[in-house]
Amino acid sequence: MDQNRKVHKFKNPVLNWIEFRLPIISYFKKEYGDYPMPKNCNYFWSFGALATITLVTMIVSGIFLAMNYTPHTEMAFDSVERIMRDVNYGWLMRYIHSNGAAFFFIIVYIHIVRAMYFGSYKYPRELNWILGVFIFLLMMATSFLGYTLPWGQMSYWGATVITNLFSAIPIIGEGLKTWLLGDYNVGNATLNRFFALHYVLPFVIFGVVGLHVAAVHVHGSNNPDGIDIKTKNDSVNFFPYMLIKDTIAMCAFGVAISTVIFFGPNLMAEVDNYIPADPLVTPAHIVPNWYLAPFYAILRAVPDKLGGVLLMFGAIAILFVLPWLDRSKVRSCNYRPIYKWFMMGFFVNFFVLGYVGMLPAEGLYLLIARVGLLYYFGFFFIITPFVGWIEKPNKLPLSISDVYAKNISQKIGGGEKGIPSPAMQKDTNL
Amino acid sequence: MAKKPDNKRRDFLQLSTVTLGAVGTAAFIWPFLKSMSPAEDTLAAGSTEVDISTIEEGQSITIKWRGKPVFIKKRTKQEIDAAKMVQASDLRDPQDDAERVQKEEWLVLVGVCTHLGCVPLGQKISDMKGEYDGWYCPCHGSHYDTSGRIRKGPAPKNLDVPPYSFLNDTTIKIG
Repeated sequence: MDQNRKVHKFKNPVLNWIEFRLPIISYFKKEYGDYPMPKNCNYFWSFGALATITLVTMIVSGIFLAMNYTPHTEMAFDSVERIMRDVNYGWLMRYIHSNGAAFFFIIVYIHIVRAMYFGSYKYPRELNWILGVFIFLLMMATSFLGYTLPWGQMSYWGATVITNLFSAIPIIGEGLKTWLLGDYNVGNATLNRFFALHYVLPFVIFGVVGLHVAAVHVHGSNNPDGIDIKTKNDSVNFFPYMLIKDTIAMCAFGVAISTVIFFGPNLMAEVDNYIPADPLVTPAHIVPNWYLAPFYAILRAVPDKLGGVLLMFGAIAILFVLPWLDRSKVRSCNYRPIYKWFMMGFFVNFFVLGYVGMLPAEGLYLLIARVGLLYYFGFFFIITPFVGWIEKPNKLPLSISDVYAKNISQKIGGGEKGIPSPAMQKDTNL
Repeated sequence: MAKKPDNKRRDFLQLSTVTLGAVGTAAFIWPFLKSMSPAEDTLAAGSTEVDISTIEEGQSITIKWRGKPVFIKKRTKQEIDAAKMVQASDLRDPQDDAERVQKEEWLVLVGVCTHLGCVPLGQKISDMKGEYDGWYCPCHGSHYDTSGRIRKGPAPKNLDVPPYSFLNDTTIKIG
């Protein structure tokens, strides 16, 4: 090996000993200490850290739940009730885990909204976006598998409906479904494997999150103005500035989730899931978890089985190619006067889809779901490429510092005498 | 050493190594994939005999066969006529009523909606039976007629008819 490589020197000899053999300390110093963050990043940029913390919380609470859970059709429901009533603090573990899942999705949805609105998916962060969509897919799979485990009515019939989606595939569908279930219908074999997969997938997510974070650290974080860091004046070190900011965000998040865990732990739960699974009786109204409801609405909006399934998966798959559908080089919607409104419309539309996804698919709700479906795909296939082509973006600031110079000069009315802009380059407008 | 034949040998060795590796990997993965298919005891799920002597005309019972609900209905005259009147060619999954029953008054169906696997309503007197007076799936609104054929809604196929036989006038063997 290269004996001449530069080894970082610390005062502490133990650290030196480790650093010489495994340069992990200088790695952390570089990636989490001196790591430059754009200084204009707002609290939207804390949701990546919040998501990571939530993932760890889910894994930890899940491991402790698994110690008392029995993945058998005869015992699963009772073992969950035992966790709730007899296991010390079992109720707390379970409520952390079930509400943590919902909050995980809230956080990740905000994280995605942030990435979409401020154009974080654009060059050079496309792969980062793709990894993120992949994480989102894994999260949906994991939460679906986990929802099956308590073996209540919603668990059983949710699993039945979702696994039946695969039977829509021509020729191989029926066989594929049977293979996934390990039986001709959802049964003990299914519950067993769902538990095994629900246990392992979070660790896969953890791995992909590692890649996701490593990828963002290559080119650094995007920011609300969507312009690159040009000089040292544009950034602050991660430690202590952003760490403190993320910590404050974490405190706020802790208050929010604790309020739900302790005062409304079943707010987001379905009553029917407290009835043990019965293969002979379908609940009058099967509802998915609210965080998957927009996609469920798309599934039901299509009057054809295969078509509905294809569009539902297509709604997620389309996200992968967003960086290539959007032709505008301007990242932040703050500087895109037309696209900004379509983007906000997309968020509202997604919310509406989720709302009708929880209601019966009939009459007006069905109509709303179909309009929402059209907007969802129209946004990606027509609006995004087209607006990027016709829109004239607003003038971008010269640099991140320049944003502050402008703000200050506006406030004190002092014109150029505010804070001198360190950006010497001409406006390149990206 | 000539260069050309040497390269060919190299290519051959590379190709055969990669092929052998791929086949070996596939052979190793197969048992793992196959272990997820239904096990032998699951496949060996037997048949069920049902006593139908107590079922009145117009009445319907639900029994469990291979973990699935099976509907056995003694149809009324009107229901049989309604099922027979339909032109098979007008249907999404064209089938005559005669193809779906062995004895006209007895209709035997797997009670699993062919859309996404819910159990349709219509077994109890008080249940919603849908627009065609047969069964109605509450999950996504599929309507089945008095022969269990799909008439309206997202389901692509008629309700399945399981394999069954009449052992005598009062006993059906399903499976």
